[in-house]
Amino acid sequence: MTRTVQTEGLNRRTLLATSLSAAGGMMIGVALPAKAAPIFAEAASPETLSPREVNAWIVIEPDNTVLVRLAHAEMGQGTATALVMMVAEELECDWSQVKCEYASANRNIREKGVYKGMNTVGSAGVRTSVQFMQQAGASARARLVEAAAKRWNAPAAECVAAGGKVSHPASKRSLTYGALAGEAATITLVKEPAIKTPAQYKLLGKSTARLDTPPKLDGSAKFGIDTRLPGMVYAAVVSCPEFGAKLKSVDEAPAMARRGIIAVVKLDDAVAVVADRYWRAKAALDQLHIEWAPGPNATVDSAQLDKAYVDATHGPMVSARKTGDAAAALAAPGAKLIEAVYEVPNLAHVPMEPLNATVHIQPDRVDVWIGSQSPMQALNMAAQQTGVAPENVYVHNQFLGGGFGRRSAHDELTHAISVAKVVKKPVKLVWSREQDVRRDRYRPQAAVAFKAALDEAGKPTAFDSRIAVGSLLRSLGASPVANGLEPMAVECIATTAYKFPNIDVGVMLKNTHVPVGFWRSVGASQNTFFIESFIDEMAHAAGQDPYKFRRALLDRPDFLAVLDLMAAKGDWGKPMGPGRGRGMAIVETYGSITGQVAEVTVSPEGEIKVDRVVAVMDCYNAANPNTIEQQIEGGIVYGLSAVLWGEVTIKDGGPVQGNFNTYRLMKLSETPKIETYLIPSGGAKWGGVGEPSVAPVAPAVCNAIFAATGKRVRKLPLKNVDLKRV
Amino acid sequence: MITLKVNGKQRQLDIEPETPLLWVVRDELGLTGTKFGCGIAQCGACTVHVNGVATRSCVTTAGSAVGKDILTIEGLSPDGKHPVQQAWLAEDVPQCGYCQSGQIMAAAAFLKTKPAPTDDEIDKGLTNLCRCCTYPRIRKAVHRAAKLAASRKA
Repeated sequence: MTRTVQTEGLNRRTLLATSLSAAGGMMIGVALPAKAAPIFAEAASPETLSPREVNAWIVIEPDNTVLVRLAHAEMGQGTATALVMMVAEELECDWSQVKCEYASANRNIREKGVYKGMNTVGSAGVRTSVQFMQQAGASARARLVEAAAKRWNAPAAECVAAGGKVSHPASKRSLTYGALAGEAATITLVKEPAIKTPAQYKLLGKSTARLDTPPKLDGSAKFGIDTRLPGMVYAAVVSCPEFGAKLKSVDEAPAMARRGIIAVVKLDDAVAVVADRYWRAKAALDQLHIEWAPGPNATVDSAQLDKAYVDATHGPMVSARKTGDAAAALAAPGAKLIEAVYEVPNLAHVPMEPLNATVHIQPDRVDVWIGSQSPMQALNMAAQQTGVAPENVYVHNQFLGGGFGRRSAHDELTHAISVAKVVKKPVKLVWSREQDVRRDRYRPQAAVAFKAALDEAGKPTAFDSRIAVGSLLRSLGASPVANGLEPMAVECIATTAYKFPNIDVGVMLKNTHVPVGFWRSVGASQNTFFIESFIDEMAHAAGQDPYKFRRALLDRPDFLAVLDLMAAKGDWGKPMGPGRGRGMAIVETYGSITGQVAEVTVSPEGEIKVDRVVAVMDCYNAANPNTIEQQIEGGIVYGLSAVLWGEVTIKDGGPVQGNFNTYRLMKLSETPKIETYLIPSGGAKWGGVGEPSVAPVAPAVCNAIFAATGKRVRKLPLKNVDLKRV
Repeated sequence: MITLKVNGKQRQLDIEPETPLLWVVRDELGLTGTKFGCGIAQCGACTVHVNGVATRSCVTTAGSAVGKDILTIEGLSPDGKHPVQQAWLAEDVPQCGYCQSGQIMAAAAFLKTKPAPTDDEIDKGLTNLCRCCTYPRIRKAVHRAAKLAASRKA
């Protein structure tokens, strides 16, 4: 697919700096439409005082560099570049002169939420920021224009802001933003300017090269794991194998005798070794003989858990959606019934950068270096765990080597703080890959029992689904979910766009001792597999083409546009050779509609090759098609690893898998040909793009396998499914 | 004491010979461009060159690298203008970027052995893992780098 990449200045021009600009110029305050606290009136601290600020989001240096502060994490999804584009769109600065840095979580505390939530979750970074980031840029531009107009004694309406300069064509005068920033600081606008609509965009909506690419090519990009501080020591940690069990005893002597070892720290359910070098800490840790006290789940295994979830689908349910009377329609005489039970396993996040955190605790101040999707939560957790007031806790967010929903619970930070309290030095605590996989908070295992009825014409008359899945919020301790209804547990099924006349969706939240959490695309990941596989079964039972069958159940133009395009570009209906098949899936999630057609080859021995995936997405408005394409491709392959091999099974109460030799990930050689089509249909809505494309992959592939072999896959991963035809 | 030649410089290091090269370059020398991903040579995030050969440094001991030329991502080019880096830039390959040092080092060494690779040869030659799944762009960038390197020679 062709895309136009904006390549102004391909030389190394942009930096994602993690330190704030030093003091030196004039302070600027601006009144944004939202309540903005006066910046220079706050208590002075290096993180608050930033004299060349136009507002909390934008600093303009005398050399005309525009520094944009980011309240969202960059974990590969391209949000940093998109946020800067929003400002630049309005500010009319020179794109080759933009820079960005993370906004300060500490300042967010001190200035009562000037940077808002600072959470990067829910595929919401771009779509929740676009209005106010544009406003920040527009406001700054308007004040720069007024400053110039004042200086020239010319009407502001005759002044033009473009390319980092304000000019007055009538008198042939111009000044750079950098020269005007000081005066602009003193100006209060009578009225804040309107922001551009998407129809007026010149920069947003165009494929733009990522600002963070250059440092990621030469080793200079810093991730949390790369933190280095004077006097820093390193810690390696291992948690008990069984979830919920405790540490019984460990003989520290063998570790303490080794070179460079500083301490062995005993935690409630883990052991850490601290040394002057990470490898020394890890090697010593591996050597220790640790005794764990078995907990109440020491004999739990996946066979039991799998059965428990399937059994739960036949038990009591909390109603998530009721339209019409599905029970009656299912019982109607002449109704053709289709029933199926589907199951999916726990899935690990496996970011390429294992979880890690560096902390420095002082009596009156705590500093944390971490890659976090939620630096405010990290800050508050650090404050609580150390007893230092939040105003004195500083979270220095870094590039994340993958987030995928894992980097918000800060389990690694809890460990780091516990260790730092003991050794009283700056500590970098790094999780091994085994620790990272085994102490993950998984995409939960789940089961669903479906029942549907078709009339004589093959049209669905009833759709009944009973879901059993763990509650994420209960597991995270975030909410007891008193009413038993968690949106993530039922999304995409209870919210389906299919127009079944009678619908009954029930859910039973079932948590075990296995920790679960938010995994890229969350409930859409299992529920799209469930419903898009079952709708395929329904189509087959009706003797109809799966594309036509879906089409007849949808009446939304945006849905139909995605469905029709993916069928067209995916060559739906064209013949395929023996052992080859095509499958499709479509879903609305995070405010976008995403559909995929997958082509597979299944050998007679049952080996699966995913040959091609055609993906279509309508996200309504697009900030940067370049990075959206990356997210679509990336999400597809993330989902493929999961459907083909992904599972974390439980034995003796703990996870079996630990590293890439047991938790297999897709390689370059296994990646299918991917074709992406972005069809943003416009309007006021912005859809998210970081997660949606993970969701349709599993059902598209499994439906393709059905087309190729006649075998219906109802339990993942595929590596456990026998597709032999010899 | 162990002497290692890293990025053209001789370094005297007071370390145990069994220390993996990965942790030598990261923690002793502060060259954090080479990354830790798995520790069992499965992912390739730790890829460096030892005597020009792509090597997974997490399972390569410092002792075994004595007397050899070790090159990390920081030493691949003085100015980011290695053909692989230029191709990666043009194709905008990285997403989170964590695996990319290893990918670039692996690709650079690979292209020395296969200057005009087919897709099949790329499949067999590049086995580094990427979790953000930048593979489609990596493949394009490898072809682009091959052409770029060839045009520079011409």
